[in-house]
Amino acid sequence: MGAEIPMEKDYDDIPGTYVFDTKRCKDGFHLNKFCKTLDDAANRALFKADPSAYLDQFPMTTEQRAMIEQRDWLGMLQVGGNIYYTFKLAIFDGLTMQHVGGLMSDMTVDDFRAMMLDGGRKLEGNQSKKQNQERKPEQSEIHNPSER
Amino acid sequence: MAKIVAGVGCSHIPSIGAAADKGMEQDPYYKPLFDGYAPAREWIKKVAPDVVILIYNDHASAFSVELINTFVLGVGDRYKPHDEGYGPRQVPDAIGHADLSAHILESLILDEFDMALANEMTVDHGLTVPLTVMFDKPDAWPCKIIPLCVNVIKYPQPTGNRCFNLGKALRKAVESYPEDLRVAVFGTGGMGHQLQGERAGLLNQEFDQHFLDHLKDAPEELTKLSHVDYMRDAGSEGIELIMWLMMRGALKAPSEAYRFYHVPMSNTAAGLVCYEETE
Repeated sequence: MGAEIPMEKDYDDIPGTYVFDTKRCKDGFHLNKFCKTLDDAANRALFKADPSAYLDQFPMTTEQRAMIEQRDWLGMLQVGGNIYYTFKLAIFDGLTMQHVGGLMSDMTVDDFRAMMLDGGRKLEGNQSKKQNQERKPEQSEIHNPSER
Repeated sequence: MAKIVAGVGCSHIPSIGAAADKGMEQDPYYKPLFDGYAPAREWIKKVAPDVVILIYNDHASAFSVELINTFVLGVGDRYKPHDEGYGPRQVPDAIGHADLSAHILESLILDEFDMALANEMTVDHGLTVPLTVMFDKPDAWPCKIIPLCVNVIKYPQPTGNRCFNLGKALRKAVESYPEDLRVAVFGTGGMGHQLQGERAGLLNQEFDQHFLDHLKDAPEELTKLSHVDYMRDAGSEGIELIMWLMMRGALKAPSEAYRFYHVPMSNTAAGLVCYEETE
């Protein structure tokens, strides 16, 4: 059998989604590894005491380090971070997954919570970049829940 | 001989464990969920498994980016809860059944499913939350636990079909073990959800209901779902449902004893199915 690996990734058509594939996993290695060390209470204390010195241990790119320092949760994913790793930093900051979900999708945490209680973000308009372009080229890919 | 007597499909959302640990089951947000779990808890008491094979994924806890395995079977005697950033959950250690898991490991590899093995590993909410869902808060879990980890974080995850077939091989392994044991298989994770990106919070109840409606009698249809089908339609983290297919593969002719579905729990749709093996 043997599945063919297309050069153009089918999942790149999914809006607002950063699939943690082999390339992202390689690119984000040190960023994710930093996040992973926060599983250890002693490391959390060290990071808290001197964030900059702590981050120096990890040979990330300047951009990756900036994403961490700015707590740019979406940016971290774009430079190879994986949500299960970056969420360890969010836990360190005292944030919940609703906070991070809101920050990644440009919503307040209250709006994000309300959206979840209302049944979550809808699939319609969020399924395919291509479809969205064909339908409404002038609109952004991601539906703003307040428009619903 | 050992026998697979039941299967459970169960979401493993961390906030369920946190709510139970803080005694918040009667909080209005959590009450419908824990009320929905009550019949399953009664049911599992009657099923009374000696061993649970618990299929779950590690969330960058025991394993990290240095080495990523597709399938890992725990063959140890004891598994301690992992510190996921809040300190380890104060739940009992999972006590393994080393002899049965060694038998399963060898049987699976000889059956051409090349498992990695863990003699020692911590276990995170992926394993401990389903135990809380089904067994509440005992001083010790009422059965031995064999962890089976599936990579669902790093693309490409194993296909749903591969997981389904691994479930079948798991059944063969269990049925060739000489001791009389009642074994239940838990497939965990899901249901639909997306934690990451601008699309965070995506839920697709239609997808989830279709999955629940077909898992018992038409799992082969679900095994045809591709990676992009799951990621696009159920959310990028919805692909965890391949672990429910592994559980289903381990059952021959299940009857559905209970089903429960609740939206939302945190950023996720919480699902639960309880199957009894009729053969």
